[in-house]
Amino acid sequence: MESETMIQVEHVSMKFNLASEKFDSFKEYVIKSIKKQVSYDEFWALKDVSFEVKKGDSLGLIGLNGSGKSTMLKVIAGVLKPTKGTVISKGNIAPLIELGAGFDMDLTARENVFLNGALLGYTRAQMEEQYEDIVEFSELRDFMDVPVKNFSSGMVSRLAFAIATIGIPDILIVDEVLSVGDFRFQEKCEARIQNMKDCGTTILFVSHSIEQVKKICNKIVWLDKGVVKMFGDAQEVCSIYEKV
Amino acid sequence: MARYIQNFRKFQPLLSELVARDIKIKYRRSVLGVLWTLLNPLFMMIILSVVFSSIFKFDIENFPLYLLSGQVIFNFFNDATTSSMTSIIGSAALIKKVYVPKYLFVVSRVFSSFINLMAAFTALIFVMVAMRAELHWTVILAVLPLTMIVTFSLGMGMLLAALTVKFRDIMHLYSVFMTGLMYLTPVIYPMSILPEPVRLVVSLNPLTNIVEMFRDVMFYNAVPTFSSLLIGIIESIIILVLGMYVFYKNQDEFILNI
Repeated sequence: MESETMIQVEHVSMKFNLASEKFDSFKEYVIKSIKKQVSYDEFWALKDVSFEVKKGDSLGLIGLNGSGKSTMLKVIAGVLKPTKGTVISKGNIAPLIELGAGFDMDLTARENVFLNGALLGYTRAQMEEQYEDIVEFSELRDFMDVPVKNFSSGMVSRLAFAIATIGIPDILIVDEVLSVGDFRFQEKCEARIQNMKDCGTTILFVSHSIEQVKKICNKIVWLDKGVVKMFGDAQEVCSIYEKV
Repeated sequence: MARYIQNFRKFQPLLSELVARDIKIKYRRSVLGVLWTLLNPLFMMIILSVVFSSIFKFDIENFPLYLLSGQVIFNFFNDATTSSMTSIIGSAALIKKVYVPKYLFVVSRVFSSFINLMAAFTALIFVMVAMRAELHWTVILAVLPLTMIVTFSLGMGMLLAALTVKFRDIMHLYSVFMTGLMYLTPVIYPMSILPEPVRLVVSLNPLTNIVEMFRDVMFYNAVPTFSSLLIGIIESIIILVLGMYVFYKNQDEFILNI
């Protein structure tokens, strides 16, 4: 049986304008545009990228720094709008891009759980149900009424991971976050991702650790300077990637 | 259209969380907490009415009420637009990481200011009762000017939020602008003391119409005239549409500039 396509990326290109001169003021902008001195350096972070991900697949994105991996994830998550091309995704997406981005440092952990849950599109009632699970998983029971600004970075990451992975999302986006906490917590995180995978969640995974990618993914997109260099089965791509 | 409504419903819990956060952070660690929204306008009014009824004398019956009513409207506008202006820049960390409809940040700020407006309105009613001012049935019609000022502020907030992402100067300029605007709105003085050319300028200010309408229904037992209603509605809708248009056109580029 042919499984359903969850993410379809078609000819996506992403252009950034690097303003060669930074102007933050209105006056400068007007003067410069009248004099026609506004010049931009164009930078294409992604060039004509196409691939598709089927339900239940786990796709790894690999490549060197600056090859466009994170940009690709942001485009899929809907944070960035591609300059050209389209991305179609089905179902709800749980983004795990940079943990703790949604926290308000002045609020307590408990309040942040609800704020962050709402960011991911959960209602308060749904979050009440998940609350126990989040406290349990993050191992922060004694600190739930402490403002997050007093947390250590490890505690923040644990809480954020626990919130982001509640429920069984259709698509999970993981960007370099498994390097948080001690190794015991890392194992717990991996187990949780594995569990989601078994429940049919489609996973997009970015990591510099080729070992982790091999362990989790069955398909790989290899990006190089914004261009897809290879797209195929994990073993195949990995063996070539490791030789370079 | 249906897609927008569906999207809004999905993120509606987020809106309430954001409003709750704004209120919580504002009064965190203060003993009286939310009570301050009520006390603040009261104290402000006491100071200003002492100053203005002993130093500058205007021929207005019940001056403290006149002043307080003007302030209720003007302070809401000031509060709502100033906080919306920085709402997008302030949420940079979030916008860069997670997909959230961006107008939510502006709407949540206007909403929090609206809660303050309701508290200030309650304070105004208390003062009216305390000063034995007559409460007319037209007080119910205060809904009209209040709806207009909320619509107007929302439009301005969206416009400012979108423009400020590109031009940070606006943040610094706006507080000066607001000081100027306060003197161009009949908050502390009556329209009657103005010389002719200035009066024209003041009456062209959209806030003047709303403030006057608010006072009419609150104190003077007067139903708003058709023309002032029409002008108020048209002005607030134009600003709202303009704000939404500018915001919508620019929202995909916010992430590149914050």
